[in-house]
Amino acid sequence: MFPNPIEKQSRGVQISYQALLPVVLIAWLLPLLAVMLFSIKPESDFVSGNYWGLPDTLEGFKNYGKVFFESDMPKYLWNSVRITVPTVIGCMILSSMTGFALGVYKFRANLWIFFMFVAGNFVPFQILMVPVRDLTVDLDMYNTVRGLVLFHVAFQTGFCTLFMRNFIRALPFELIEAARVEGIAEWRIFWYVVLPLMKPALAALAVLIFTFIWNDYFWAIVLTQGSETQPVTAGITSFNAQFRAAYHLMSAGSIVAALPPVAMFFLMQKHFIAGLTLGAVK
Amino acid sequence: MTNTTVSDFEGPKRSWYKRNEIAVTPYLFLIPGVFFFAVYVIFPVFQSFNISLYKWDGLGEAEYVGLTNYQKLLDDRAFEVSLWNNLKWLVLYLLAIPAGLMISLFLNQKVVGIRLYKSLFFFPFVISQIVVGLVFSWFYDPTFGIFTKVIGWVGLEIKGGVLGNPTAVTYGIIAAGLWPQTAYCMILYLTGLNAVDPEQVEAARLDGAKGWKMLWYVIIPQLKPATFIAFVVTIVGALRSFDLISIMTRGGPFGQSRVLSYYMFEKALSEYGFRMGYGAAIAVVLFLIMLVFIAYFLWSMYQEEKGAR
Repeated sequence: MFPNPIEKQSRGVQISYQALLPVVLIAWLLPLLAVMLFSIKPESDFVSGNYWGLPDTLEGFKNYGKVFFESDMPKYLWNSVRITVPTVIGCMILSSMTGFALGVYKFRANLWIFFMFVAGNFVPFQILMVPVRDLTVDLDMYNTVRGLVLFHVAFQTGFCTLFMRNFIRALPFELIEAARVEGIAEWRIFWYVVLPLMKPALAALAVLIFTFIWNDYFWAIVLTQGSETQPVTAGITSFNAQFRAAYHLMSAGSIVAALPPVAMFFLMQKHFIAGLTLGAVK
Repeated sequence: MTNTTVSDFEGPKRSWYKRNEIAVTPYLFLIPGVFFFAVYVIFPVFQSFNISLYKWDGLGEAEYVGLTNYQKLLDDRAFEVSLWNNLKWLVLYLLAIPAGLMISLFLNQKVVGIRLYKSLFFFPFVISQIVVGLVFSWFYDPTFGIFTKVIGWVGLEIKGGVLGNPTAVTYGIIAAGLWPQTAYCMILYLTGLNAVDPEQVEAARLDGAKGWKMLWYVIIPQLKPATFIAFVVTIVGALRSFDLISIMTRGGPFGQSRVLSYYMFEKALSEYGFRMGYGAAIAVVLFLIMLVFIAYFLWSMYQEEKGAR
């Protein structure tokens, strides 16, 4: 293990390490802690210039209440859900199929198709912007949740295919060969042999794609507008234009917007990290 | 793969599909995914190349102008600023890799509660860049920002605040971007460190290696796969920077914090008018920069694939 395990060192070193941990953590999360403090402060504090002191009056979750009941925030949150959930499902369906095809079969175009997915996954969004926007307008899906979901599913399929294919490659191939010897149809091998083994990969992808799409901002402003369709990231920016100086509301709103992916991360931590660090270990 | 020849002898009654099942199945499974990906990702790249040769407002007739858009880019001061800023992003963003490694080394211990510490350190990566941008614009605020206060204690002052100062602004935004990116690199290295071969470490320790020498000659070589991924995601992240600029400065002050991705958006889709052709030309330049890296990534993967089979 590197660095040297702390438990092998002197008592003094151990204690100072334990003491240092929270200090470094607080410094690291300082900007975030500031927002949390802002979100429970009353408006009057900002007027009187009491930015960093203790809150003048205890407001509790009043700012959060305002965000929830007196703004478009719930609408934006609901839109985010309507965009994110179908995207996650669509990606899982498409990429378990492409991953299966590229991970199990040997055929000439295999590596080329795989590289097409990988390369496409890295392109800058801007090179797609004008044509994708046109296509969405032509399909009569501009400013609809459907239009945004279709694009997200298509684009994320690149990353998901990379992920699935590598995962399936690591499965024991003998299982598939054994099934073939039994004369089982190929699609049944997919459904009854490979798919059950892909559960951890599907879980990892689901949390990752959820987070990516929930946090997407660029495509939201390119393909949608207004509170009827835009997700919460775009909602926050229009809030910002509206209440630029209303720090107490902005900070509460930001925290609400950030909460779903954070909750997802804590609930599914193992899968989340397994997904993000795919390939970091040989 | 030999099954096909065997099954040919089973009689002529079997359908064509049954006889060619193993050859045909992968294509059937690929059709939906490849179709979507081609329509929404692959074709648009070529379409953008084409649009960049036109003068087009996005609604009326497009007028073919050849390479005029690219010629205009050469004289465009804003384009030049964006290109330089992209370079700053690319270089400085890479700091996330050593910073992430340092934090992961700090946290790679087994003490009570370390798991929670690791998750909390990773926090910035999970929240959206829009929120990160907001948080940092308050952090930098010239009247009450913590950053302004802290540098004030050592007698420093940045005129107009970090985000209002034409020289400081890009560095300020990059620093905000480094926060989540460092967290990402940290988690990659924590995973990598977990897999470091303890026997090699012990052997090196017996040979008297420790500290920096151990890190450089024994640990970092073993972390190579993690470093490669950290490099890939950091480069992609640097060239994709858009959200932070959009929420923190909208390219200002005086357009000094623009990068190509933001400038393209501004030209093609904003209050400054719909200059789709010109925007596409900017996007093509950005794409070509990315292409250098994409080629390198694919080449590395190809080398590995060759080794694997």
